[in-house]
Amino acid sequence: MARHWRAGAAGLAVLGLTLTACGGAKVGDSSSDSGGSGSSGKCGTFNIAVNPWVGYEANAAVIAYVAENDLGCKVTKKDLKEEIAWQGFGTGEVDAVVENWGHDDLKKKYITDQKTAVDAGPTGNEGLIGWYVPPWLAKAHPDILDWNNLNKYAAEFKTSESGGKGQLLDGDPSFVTNDEALVKNLKLDYKVVYAGSETALIQAFRKAEKDKEWVIGYFYEPQWFMSEVPLKKVKLPEYKEGCDADAEKVNCDYPVYKLDKIVSAKFAKSGSPAYDLVKNFTWSNDDQNVVAKYIAVDKMTPEAAAKKWVEANRDKVEAWIK
Amino acid sequence: MTVAMEKPEKTGTVEEKAAPVEPVRRISRSMVIGAILVVWLVLFAVLRGKQTLALAAADLTDLHRWFNDVNDSIGANRNSNPLFLYFFNEIRLVIDNLVTFVQELISQPSADRPVPQIGWLGVVGIAGYVSWAVGNWRVALLAVAGFTFLGLQGLWQESMDTLALTVSAVFVALLFAIPLGVWAGLSDRFNRIVTPFLDFMQTMPTFVYLAPLTLFFLIGPASATIATMIYAAPPAIRITAHAIRSVPKTTVEAADSLGATRRQSLTKVLLPMSKRTVVMGVNQTIMAALAMVTIAALIDAPGLGKTVVQALQSLDVGTAFNAGLAIVVMAIVLDRVTTAASGREEAARRSKNRFLTWRRPLLGAGAAVTAVLIYLSHTYIWAAEFPGEGGAGSSIARAADTATTWAQDNLSGLTNAFRDALTNGLLNPFQTLLTDSPWWLVGAALIALGVVLGGWRAGVTTVVCVGLLVGTGVWSDAMTTLASTAVATVLVMLLGIVFGVWMGRSVLADRLLRPTLDAAQVMPPFVYLVPFLALFGATRFTAIVAAVVYAAPVAMKIIADGVRNVPATTVEAATSAGCNTWQIITKVQLPMARGALTLATNQGLIYVLSMVVVGGLVGAGALGYDVVAGFSQGQLYGKGLAAGLAIVLLGVMFDRITQAAARRTSA
Repeated sequence: MARHWRAGAAGLAVLGLTLTACGGAKVGDSSSDSGGSGSSGKCGTFNIAVNPWVGYEANAAVIAYVAENDLGCKVTKKDLKEEIAWQGFGTGEVDAVVENWGHDDLKKKYITDQKTAVDAGPTGNEGLIGWYVPPWLAKAHPDILDWNNLNKYAAEFKTSESGGKGQLLDGDPSFVTNDEALVKNLKLDYKVVYAGSETALIQAFRKAEKDKEWVIGYFYEPQWFMSEVPLKKVKLPEYKEGCDADAEKVNCDYPVYKLDKIVSAKFAKSGSPAYDLVKNFTWSNDDQNVVAKYIAVDKMTPEAAAKKWVEANRDKVEAWIK
Repeated sequence: MTVAMEKPEKTGTVEEKAAPVEPVRRISRSMVIGAILVVWLVLFAVLRGKQTLALAAADLTDLHRWFNDVNDSIGANRNSNPLFLYFFNEIRLVIDNLVTFVQELISQPSADRPVPQIGWLGVVGIAGYVSWAVGNWRVALLAVAGFTFLGLQGLWQESMDTLALTVSAVFVALLFAIPLGVWAGLSDRFNRIVTPFLDFMQTMPTFVYLAPLTLFFLIGPASATIATMIYAAPPAIRITAHAIRSVPKTTVEAADSLGATRRQSLTKVLLPMSKRTVVMGVNQTIMAALAMVTIAALIDAPGLGKTVVQALQSLDVGTAFNAGLAIVVMAIVLDRVTTAASGREEAARRSKNRFLTWRRPLLGAGAAVTAVLIYLSHTYIWAAEFPGEGGAGSSIARAADTATTWAQDNLSGLTNAFRDALTNGLLNPFQTLLTDSPWWLVGAALIALGVVLGGWRAGVTTVVCVGLLVGTGVWSDAMTTLASTAVATVLVMLLGIVFGVWMGRSVLADRLLRPTLDAAQVMPPFVYLVPFLALFGATRFTAIVAAVVYAAPVAMKIIADGVRNVPATTVEAATSAGCNTWQIITKVQLPMARGALTLATNQGLIYVLSMVVVGGLVGAGALGYDVVAGFSQGQLYGKGLAAGLAIVLLGVMFDRITQAAARRTSA
């Protein structure tokens, strides 16, 4: 008995499913418009690395959006850390890195020695690195913004991690930092504690502002988090050319980084319009912060954020692709 | 065989360890341990701060520079080296094609189609049908519900990418792992050779080999698959070997006496009899592969891991949790289905035979229905693209956000007090003792403890490990990590005993807690880093809490198992003798589950160690930070590698000591 019942049920299910299916739209019905923005034009495939911070993602999103919609490229975004992205230049898997912070070691290795990468000029963004405190602290103790006064407050910055000294919170290991040498050479009563990630740094500052806690740490601009909590930079001894030449003896502030773009040598010679776009791309810190805020705070997808900015700033975009 | 050979030399100490009946001898061992600690403390007071082998964050040793040079020369020569052209590139090609094939089948648009070959309806159909065919209708229902839930979360494509990668990695891993496991099961010599390699593959932090893997296999799915495979294959090898070994000797002898050849006894006796256990190995491999999803996302592996990592950049706990939950759901489905598969034949045999006769036609009918579903999902858009906007996903994300914010706002005072108490009271003094003692003193103390706890053989291993640790040049960082690891393990064991005993004594508690424990083990740590950072700040303690969340479930499960295995008659006897519950637990159940307790310590420690790198992301510093730094910065690559080796050495050292100790207690 059971056999008939079950087989019948199965048969009915098959029949039912087939019948209901008759009405639906078929895959490929609308293939004409899905192929439209695809690989037409002479651009071909454009591999853009996406390094893991939101500011970078903003650059990449806008460049990718323009390449796809104005130049007809097929854009592939690759989520990679810097070191690995640069590795990809040689193997043809990465065409462009669109926000590079210094990294003289990588430039030497890949541009000078291996000749697999070339410089594609500045992004127009100025990178500031330094020591920052939450706004409430700067307001309550304005003199804290001068490094000369830091020792006076060292005890306030003590934590369970800092061994009786003040804690200077550092970030992700891939960031450029001289902080240990600075603390030593400026004779500050602080200990550098490594938070280990940008996430940890931001969370620490966010909580410090909310709960009025004492935190001083390494941070940088441009950065979307500044639009949520505008951190205040502590003034260190002024940067002079060459004062950071010897890593052991650094006793000055970080230089202002001219952020730039790096592309693979092959890509630069390919004649792809995407290369001209990357080369011509420049914008301001404010521009980047706007897009970064769309992504990080308003939780838009990078594509939607890029679209919104591009539509509002058509004139700037035209200058890149003229 | 190895076990049998080890035993004789330890018989003397084994008696000594038959503790509860011989309290005098037991005291003598704890007295020896106490004496070692006292000597250590005295010498520490005298020699504090000397010969600590400390190394600053940016300093390198010659070994680290040498690792850097090797790495650089591989990178520079990869296009001219024949080893690359004819070996690594070929492997890469095969694996790349495999992954791409599976992706085009279920997750990525293929050829001129905007959707994959099989849409959601087809995948759900296959999942249900296969689960039913290899398991039972209950897990089939679970599979269908689970996969549908992934779609409702708005993560269908990401989930399928993750599934494609997992399936490919597990497939390739099993291709090697099962033959190797059979070999290791048949040959003691091969087993001895392969075991250290397996230890190495499982304890070496993935971050260490991610960057080199992209050197060998380039960026993309091939590297991600191979990284996953390296981590996921060892359990299958170990468990297969174990399964072959556990086939009763008499059965094999009987087959031999009937004139079976070696091949016949393997295919007709050993393999069929160990099938059940081998499937459990497959299960463990799948779980390990899923644990790699977020890490592999760092080298552009597609799927849920990417969502987690990206959400983390903007501290979007809700989105990260939603994706993490999808990983948990997929893991639970795959776990239950493979578990059911391993027990299916037994269950079917026990159930009425009437059902078995109808199985074949029913399987046929099911296959037909599945084929129709696949056809529909291949042809029609509604069956190819998951309908709806993933509303469940955004509600889950919002709920997770709300819960996190509430916890951050209301609990952080409490959690900070707890953190400070534990850090100042336990962690800091212990760490100071380890890092500020001269290295030879700590080394000598570790070796002495190794000998007392684990016997001479464990002592020799400890000597080798301490020597190599000094050689890595990151001794001081290793000691810092050791301190945090030890504290985390103590917490794991405390939780393990409390909840393990509870679960072991109450079936209801077990049933309620187990899904939570599964989830805690599979949920990617990246997801809970942000809330933990808010609760405990960027400190070593945050790393300890993260490690405890990951490691405590294992300890609980093992201890619960041990408590449950205490013979009911013994417990009844104690009850009738007038023992109260507390006495039964402390005088009967825990002492009798001592083997399980040692095993739980062993596993707890290994799991804690595997979280060291994640700890480096939230302020634990030391080895974890070194490894992450090596992954991020070219000139620190060698140091990161050395730090990874140090983690392996710590793992091997503890594993050998605790295992030797476990053998003695259970002997």
